[in-house]
Amino acid sequence: MKLYTRRKIRNAFWLVASVLATGFGLFWLIWLLWTLLANGLPWIRLSLFTEITPPPGSEGGLANAIVGSLWMTGVGMLIGTPLGILAGTFLSEFGRASRSLSGRATALWAVFGLLVSLSGYLFDSGWLYVPGIALILVAGAMYLLGDALIASIVRFVNDILLSAPSIVIGVFIYSVVVLQTGHFSGWAGALALALIVIPVVLRTTEDMLRLVPDSMREAAIALGAPQWKVVVLVIYRAARAGILTGILLAVARISGETAPLLFTALNNQFWSSHLGEPLANLPVVIFQFAMSPYAGWQHLAWAGALLITGSVLLLNIIARVLQRGRVQSY
Amino acid sequence: MTSDTTHSDVVRSGGEPTAAASKFYPLPGNQSPAELPAKISVRDLNFYYGRNHVLHDISLEIPERKVTAFIGPSGCGKSTLLRCINRVFELYPGQKATGEINIDGANILSRSIDLNSLRAKVGMVFQKPTPFPMSISENIAFGVRMHEKLCRSEMSDRVEWALRKAALWDEVKDKLEYSGTALSGGQQQRLCIARGIAIKPQVLLLDEPASALDPISTLKIEELINELKTDYTIVIVTHNMQQAARISDFTAFLYLGKLIEYDDTNIIFTKPRFKDTEDYITGRYG
Repeated sequence: MKLYTRRKIRNAFWLVASVLATGFGLFWLIWLLWTLLANGLPWIRLSLFTEITPPPGSEGGLANAIVGSLWMTGVGMLIGTPLGILAGTFLSEFGRASRSLSGRATALWAVFGLLVSLSGYLFDSGWLYVPGIALILVAGAMYLLGDALIASIVRFVNDILLSAPSIVIGVFIYSVVVLQTGHFSGWAGALALALIVIPVVLRTTEDMLRLVPDSMREAAIALGAPQWKVVVLVIYRAARAGILTGILLAVARISGETAPLLFTALNNQFWSSHLGEPLANLPVVIFQFAMSPYAGWQHLAWAGALLITGSVLLLNIIARVLQRGRVQSY
Repeated sequence: MTSDTTHSDVVRSGGEPTAAASKFYPLPGNQSPAELPAKISVRDLNFYYGRNHVLHDISLEIPERKVTAFIGPSGCGKSTLLRCINRVFELYPGQKATGEINIDGANILSRSIDLNSLRAKVGMVFQKPTPFPMSISENIAFGVRMHEKLCRSEMSDRVEWALRKAALWDEVKDKLEYSGTALSGGQQQRLCIARGIAIKPQVLLLDEPASALDPISTLKIEELINELKTDYTIVIVTHNMQQAARISDFTAFLYLGKLIEYDDTNIIFTKPRFKDTEDYITGRYG
């Protein structure tokens, strides 16, 4: 009896403690959203979407920043998503076998890499050395180490990339792209965003593919399907909702990133949808306008912040709904 | 080959022959599996999970168009033996089979065998129903497309044929476009069987196909097996000894990775020659 009473008291104590902790977390979140709504909502108007960022003291909107953000997010996703999905597929579906690339295939890829590097030398385009040498190194590693070891290395490196501060990625692209080309550009911004997308998509893709039971793989190969068809036609289909969720979360993640864009796309106060030029984008505009002493700019910054938060919230809700659909279908 | 030499071939160990068996064997009217034309012939098969040696020198002949059951306690290697016959184990690293498995005279463990055509010839149904996340007709068409190019009407004929064969047609004919995952457990398993026979294999491997099902679905699947054996060579792993006795023509008893006894099902269940077999079928272990 005494034991039971003590257990009940302990239960009550921890229950109260966890409710308080939850409340503490929610309190700040609600305060944050409330401040955002109170300051941003009055400035959400049509001109926000039709006019470009104004000079200080005059009226304007965020049209160029919205379009720039959409462009760079879109291109960043287009570059990052396929890479992330393919790499995640390798880790989950092919990286478990301890087999190696055959000697002949290794030699073939190495020769191909050599040709690419050589053409870089012949045509005086130094950037071709990068894919050329990468091909040789990857083929060599696949021959020497085998799929399983490579997979664990890739997984480890990806975890580092996943938790890398985004400003580091910004500086990296700055030195690799911006300094080389001599100017800030939308392409550089999209590349920096893609580098953030890859580890997120890779991780969720691998996790979601691993959730598909092995019995599904066995059933499919027992029907005489080659492994790539099993993956594309059966496993992807089974994990579709989960992979889509990962993609949406990656969009949500990059749509608010400021640091990598500050070093790469910078900003543009004029209308532009050219990825080759510096490109306006919501996060950097918010950063710049919010710091300014001009009331008009500050209002636009609040409206922009509300816009980003609203779309991220919407993406998260969609991701949740998709996730729920997946759970129910099993 | 006479039945005596066959037995010394296939039987490796298993304790003392029971008094009853040595007195009464061979019974008139019962067949030894070796008297029939063999579809699958296993020779000195050894199997390893990494360093773990799980099948020891298995040799047996599986006759054509008969039902052969593998029985034995959990972990005895009966599922592993089944999984060797279509090499599905190769999905996992570290699993290795040595020896020979000849199907129609060709050693399917040889490296030169094309796995996809082997699996077109040797279908398999697993313990847990695994409908793919697609419609019922797509579930069946998936495997067929891997091996044949059929036009739309041929494909729908094939889907109907397979579903009829698996005794599922009447239940699903109006909802072929519905998801296969929405069916009940028993229907899902029959869908998996339909999927397996749709590619027209010659051998059908069944790995405890009814163990997750209710008695009525089990009965349907057993009836189905009985019908299918006119066209297919069927090998079934089962935990349920009554089931083995009901549906199989021949039964192999495995224990600790060794083949103890392999004979006509009637003999295994009435006059087993070895004490281990008798202990198992009378429920003393396993």
